[in-house]
Amino acid sequence: MTPLTQHVESRFPALSQSEAREAALTIAGQDTPGPSPVSVPSPVFEMSDVSVYYDHYQAVRNVDLPVARREITALIGPSGCGKSTILRCFNRMNDLVPGARVTGKITFHDEDLYADYVDPIEVRRRIGMVFQKPNPFPKSIYDNVAYGPRVNGVKKGLDEIVEQALRGAALWDETKDKLTESALALSGGQQQRLCIARTIAVQPEVILMDEPCSALDPIATSKIEDLMHDLAEDFTIVIVTHNMQQAARVSDRTAFFTADVDDAGVRHGRLVEFDKTATIFSNPSDRRTEDYITGRFG
Amino acid sequence: MTTTIARGTSDSPVRSLRGGRRPPRELLFRIALQASLGIAISFLAVLLGYVLWTGLPRLDADLLLNMPSTLRPETAGAQSAIMGTLWVITLTALITVPIGVMSAIYLEEYADPTRWWNKVLDINIQNLAAVPSIVYGILGLGVIARGLGLGLTVLSAAITLSLLVLPVVIIAGREAIRAVPNSIRFGSLALGATKWQTIWKQVLPAAVPGTATGSILALSRAIGEAAPLLLLGALAYISFNPDGVLSQFTVLPVQIYDFIKQSREDFVPLASAAICVLLVILLVMNSLAIYLRNKFQRRW
Repeated sequence: MTPLTQHVESRFPALSQSEAREAALTIAGQDTPGPSPVSVPSPVFEMSDVSVYYDHYQAVRNVDLPVARREITALIGPSGCGKSTILRCFNRMNDLVPGARVTGKITFHDEDLYADYVDPIEVRRRIGMVFQKPNPFPKSIYDNVAYGPRVNGVKKGLDEIVEQALRGAALWDETKDKLTESALALSGGQQQRLCIARTIAVQPEVILMDEPCSALDPIATSKIEDLMHDLAEDFTIVIVTHNMQQAARVSDRTAFFTADVDDAGVRHGRLVEFDKTATIFSNPSDRRTEDYITGRFG
Repeated sequence: MTTTIARGTSDSPVRSLRGGRRPPRELLFRIALQASLGIAISFLAVLLGYVLWTGLPRLDADLLLNMPSTLRPETAGAQSAIMGTLWVITLTALITVPIGVMSAIYLEEYADPTRWWNKVLDINIQNLAAVPSIVYGILGLGVIARGLGLGLTVLSAAITLSLLVLPVVIIAGREAIRAVPNSIRFGSLALGATKWQTIWKQVLPAAVPGTATGSILALSRAIGEAAPLLLLGALAYISFNPDGVLSQFTVLPVQIYDFIKQSREDFVPLASAAICVLLVILLVMNSLAIYLRNKFQRRW
């Protein structure tokens, strides 16, 4: 069952499943040039008809996007197309932006992420996030990694957790002799790997990465990309990137976003195409995707 | 269109308007800046020098060990005033810092700045910081000393001074909290920390240097205040040290004021010496502020 079918079904419970599917197909057909909903094996997230508003401004509209388990899903597109906004819906970081509002449905293992009973704190414990600019805490390397487990009530075995997390982020060898030193003394690339270590120390299921390499040099970038491959064995990763080559190198599936300009001149982000990365880059079905990846705009 | 940029060289005189005008103006500006600084510093130097010079004969052990007296200025001290000042300022700090920091946290982290009542609060705190200290003295006399019946005690003085410095402490705390980058808050929240954990473990430690510095500087201001305490009815010539928060007391500024009021000229060196003591206390507090700031910064 596709997300859109589910969505139609949830809105019109009187419809039978086949009727819902048919209605979904009709809507999808009307919704050109939007993408037809794609299903993925064992989805962790499913977004259906998600729009995000900042006050009255609709930043992203009508996104249908599934995220497959233990894969890397890349969100690409030009600036202002709403890819970071969509990423922040997955761990409810948009809740922290005054005036932000999310409509539509996002499920995490078939549970509605935005249901009233859902605790955003619990969501963020399960769904970690790495930010664009490395943001280590002004504490020691050890305390940075131990922070997540500590706030989650872990008191014993911290040394082991810290070591495992630093190893997991390919940072152990560089930092094992200076765990008590300030994290701010590390290089930018090391700081970003520390932020990844900090995130995996909480044992999340998903890691969201918001342009994690945009502030790094090429060598640090390639280290993080290698790391992402390793991490994808244990975690589901969603990465926002400006860098198309990066998306092509690291991801299994790619979602291409762009921004429509409406009659009033206001930009609204939308999802154009979502498919396997190989398909997006070799045989995109939408003209705009092709233009973007071949460098004709964006 | 092409433009030629005139460059001054040794053989061709500078003809460009820009090139010709800028240096003297910059030089003048720099001289004006240095002159302002010079005026400020020389005033301070003259004042300090004068006080030290006149107070030198009485900067002795008697000053610290003896009680104030109207009869024998040559051996009178200011012990009760020094102890009174320390008592009052410590109690003021104990009252002000927790309330000020908590108010600052509320205003920065919880209050919605778009609500009108929070805007009103904000403006009023700014205004309160500018209210003359004597107004707080009237408040202290009317409400705290008489209304609450606390009388002329260390406690009522500390509460009065707390009202005086609280706005400044709140403003300093807010600025320190605001200076903590949002990326730190988001980083913490994204790890599943609660808002309280984020504030307590990330924002507050990062805001300690700024808050401590601001609070201590505000307390330094309070320590030199005579007006509100005079109005409160602080006595001079008290011959005992405070033994609790409900004890009677005097403080250095009030004592200095009273020394100077005396007609005998022998009191002038005594007053100057007491001013030196007050300055030393201020210096120690400000050094503490700098020390705390550096210490916490180094730990990062």
